[in-house]
Amino acid sequence: MRIVNISIIGFGAVGQGVARSILSKQEYLKKEGIDLRVVGISDSKGSEINTTGIDLKSALLRKKQKGSVGSNNALDIIGDVEHDIVVEATPTNINNGEPGLSNMRLAFKSGKHVVTSNKGPLALHFNELKEAAEDNGLFFRYEATVGGAVPIFNLVHETLAGNTVFGMEGILNGTCNYILTRMSEERMPYDLVLKEAQELGIAETDPAYDVEGIDSAIKLVIIANSIFGLDSTYKDVDVTGITKITPEALELANRNNYVVKLICEAREGKLTVAPRLVPKRHPLAVGGTLNVASILTDLAGRITISGRGAGSIETASSILSDILYIVRNS
Amino acid sequence: MIVSMTLELKDIPGQLVLALSPISEFQGNIMSVVHQHDEKTPRGTIPVQITFEIEHSVLNKLIDRLEKSGVKVARVGEERLRSTVSVILIGHIVHSDMGDTIDKIDSTGFAEVVDMSLSMPAIEKTSSAYLVINAIGEKELGKALDIMREVAGKKDLLLIEPIRLNSVGS
Repeated sequence: MRIVNISIIGFGAVGQGVARSILSKQEYLKKEGIDLRVVGISDSKGSEINTTGIDLKSALLRKKQKGSVGSNNALDIIGDVEHDIVVEATPTNINNGEPGLSNMRLAFKSGKHVVTSNKGPLALHFNELKEAAEDNGLFFRYEATVGGAVPIFNLVHETLAGNTVFGMEGILNGTCNYILTRMSEERMPYDLVLKEAQELGIAETDPAYDVEGIDSAIKLVIIANSIFGLDSTYKDVDVTGITKITPEALELANRNNYVVKLICEAREGKLTVAPRLVPKRHPLAVGGTLNVASILTDLAGRITISGRGAGSIETASSILSDILYIVRNS
Repeated sequence: MIVSMTLELKDIPGQLVLALSPISEFQGNIMSVVHQHDEKTPRGTIPVQITFEIEHSVLNKLIDRLEKSGVKVARVGEERLRSTVSVILIGHIVHSDMGDTIDKIDSTGFAEVVDMSLSMPAIEKTSSAYLVINAIGEKELGKALDIMREVAGKKDLLLIEPIRLNSVGS
């Protein structure tokens, strides 16, 4: 049995999803010969540390009942607790990347691999972080940052190794996709569908981050830097959101066998997020909250993958997969 | 421009190459060749229909070259408006002079707005329009889209273009 010690920094929906996934996958991990131990968990209010492994069930319960995983604040988990992998699952901050950015820098400095779902630091300092990992001989895995459960980076870097990727088009924001799908199918105006999405918890109270295309643009930047080797930031993306789209426009599109989708496009070094006409039968024309990415390569041609782009367990799926990748390759 | 030509070739070997190579030499992009060996003309020649894209300025030189090499050019026609794109415009389309928007495309000579549906839900609300633009070739269609982008920008209209990755590298 190989003991792998990890920490979970940020215990919101994603962090808790990771804990739940580890709990539900005990049998699987045992079969793989891996004893995955969470030695530290921290949230915005406190932390818990146990070098022989935290009881995840009671940690989840404490979080549910008291709103925090623990009251221990004396130790800095990343810097001071001996472990292998830091799961950085703090919320995305697009202004300065914090606290994720400092967490990741510290992790690499103290010799720990990083697996993250946090888009902020990658959208702002992708190449710096990538180099910090490489310089220290560590892994930096971020499948969960883009497309939730959809394995875009694994697909390109591992499965399609050897291919040259010409371009990528995709739907990377489930909230916008839900709103456009509902507007189109029910012929409802934007404001009404947005309210419905907010009631369902699909859209945030402040929806600007999603509907103005910001979230899509951040994900596109991460793709551009990771897959196309660019050194881009959010400012390099030409962004148009979906707030101006009318039900009449969707109806006109529908009558002519098109749907309108908020498409992220990376092509010839240019990054664009904009509503676009997609032929109804095109693989990019997925509905509901689904995400999709279509990659055009020289050898494999076009490859399209689609799946759930958000959700606690779905995102944890990508994180767990990244953890196992590191375990198997280190 | 895209040109379709009917050529008449002598029924001896090597004639098709004789007809096609000048087109390539003038940087023409051959799109289709229909060579019907069993359909001879009363003159005993074999008709070939060729469609290709070529710069307008070299078309006459090409015809001269073909005739000189013994290939009879029986018919030359311009294939107009072969490329097509659909777009949607959202905004105060009518108040921002739709006629002028269409004119800007039509006046190019290489592209035209060939279809338009307009939806205006209420006077104060924004309207939406679906437009089909045809052009004589892909390059010209790209230019027409550039014009649409500029006009939409100036008139504060949202332009929804189709996805386009299909054409990259393929």
